[in-house]
Amino acid sequence: MQKKRKLGRGVALVGAGMSKFGMFRDKDSKDLFAEAFKEMLDSVDKGLDPRDIDAMYLGNFSNDFFIHQSHWGPLMSDLVGMAPKPATRTEGACASSALAFREGVFAIASGFYDMVLVGGVEEMSKRTTEEVAEGLALATVPYEGRVGFTFPGVFGALATAYFSKYGAGREHLMNITIKSHSNAPLNPKAQFPFSIADMMKAKQKRAEKKGQPIPEWEDEKAFLSDPRANPPVAWPMHLYDCCPISDGASCMVLVAEETAKQFTDDPLYVIGLGQGSGRGLHACDDLTYFEATRYAAQEAYGMSGLTPKDIQFSEVHDCFSIAEMIHIEDLGFFKAGEGFKAVADGATRLDGPMPVNTSGGLKCKGHPVGATGISQLYEVWTQLRGKAGERQVPKKDLRIGAAHNLGGTGGTCTFTILERR
Amino acid sequence: MEQRPFSDISYEQFLNEEKLMGSRCKACNALFVPPRPICIHCYSSDMEWVELKGEGKLGAFTCISVGPPFMIAEGFNRKNPYCSGVVDLEEGARVDARIEGVDTLKPETIQVGMPLKVKYLHRDEEGIPKTYLAFEPK
Repeated sequence: MQKKRKLGRGVALVGAGMSKFGMFRDKDSKDLFAEAFKEMLDSVDKGLDPRDIDAMYLGNFSNDFFIHQSHWGPLMSDLVGMAPKPATRTEGACASSALAFREGVFAIASGFYDMVLVGGVEEMSKRTTEEVAEGLALATVPYEGRVGFTFPGVFGALATAYFSKYGAGREHLMNITIKSHSNAPLNPKAQFPFSIADMMKAKQKRAEKKGQPIPEWEDEKAFLSDPRANPPVAWPMHLYDCCPISDGASCMVLVAEETAKQFTDDPLYVIGLGQGSGRGLHACDDLTYFEATRYAAQEAYGMSGLTPKDIQFSEVHDCFSIAEMIHIEDLGFFKAGEGFKAVADGATRLDGPMPVNTSGGLKCKGHPVGATGISQLYEVWTQLRGKAGERQVPKKDLRIGAAHNLGGTGGTCTFTILERR
Repeated sequence: MEQRPFSDISYEQFLNEEKLMGSRCKACNALFVPPRPICIHCYSSDMEWVELKGEGKLGAFTCISVGPPFMIAEGFNRKNPYCSGVVDLEEGARVDARIEGVDTLKPETIQVGMPLKVKYLHRDEEGIPKTYLAFEPK
């Protein structure tokens, strides 16, 4: 039984920003972080003097590998005029900035700081696909990498275990891809702002232009089943089951709860925090769930006094389609082995009872790994404050949203619950 | 009695000798493959080496078309994918391994639960002998 945890004092979120995500030849990490920082400052309704920020926590997985530059804390702190104040880098693979967010919350809750900047950045697109796969595989468990497992490979293997245990198949994963791609065109920051139907039309047009035979597909699933349109990467994970290679940055400003109204009449409050660690495939009890996610969820639900039914929408770490399927079960939104039926019924669509990844998710929004955790919370911030435009969750009294971030092969998992009061 | 430390380095040395070895906690009998120096159930450090039979069932697998540079160097690519998997050993532990002797271009023919036996893939990496753990259908 986990201990029920609480913060030493309340922490509120009063500003947030993120860069556009994508592959940018002409922008680097500093440009992207500046973009996120400027939006964050503009988002603080009553204004904020950046000179009042006490410290910074920055998530970055491996710009060391991707662009051969390490030590991003002070670089970014200098960029936004914060040096000589303290800047600390956090690393938890693809969950690096969720850890930065947590450290920021703890620093304020302890009473040591009153205002903290938390953020994340990653610049991946200057490397080839094979190099990125190698760089990301540095975050697998060594026994996995040694026998050739890549990240798509690890999740492909989990998919075969899930299929075998619950009788699901690739067609169920396609429902997730189609859903994420239907949300993405509504998100102006998304890397792939198009639906699968849009993609089918684009491919047909391209073939016509080149004078090639025009491919025909009966529907989206026929397209996703066509290996020429959707080739395997690590069977059963195909191209459209996998998130892209991305560049991007995100940031937020956290303050002590009692000062929040000085900055905005509409702050969000951090009411649930959870983090767990995993052991790698060989040491899991079962290959159809992540122990670390379940631990993180239990911690966050315990702290908030909420149950999965209270969460009105959630971002989850869909680095691969099967990952989303597993997370929505681990977080308790659906029973183990029943997620695929709920998804098939449309339960996780924007207009469904439990919208998941309204941003388009990592699959379509993009996954600059170190920036992802805070970009997920940015989506929760945008939705809870009613500013999501066309992709606004159509629920009355939207009050509770959450984000789940995962690093490695489930080595680091976090779950964060935010509340609008 | 085998005296090597319960480490990844020892595990790899044993693979070079075509032995699949794990550690067993003498206090609570828990089995660990690869070996652990400390029992994660009872925290005892009193371990002994155990040789595994090298037989088991396929727990999960993937056929990888886009591999890391060292697999590409072995000749694997989109037209020639390789299989990696998780094997549930007869003794109860589980290992990550290459899966050989399966049709990676027809992954639907590979079945979770299929019985497997161990195989050792010996490689020479810049003069250093290196062995990869693999399994193949029985």
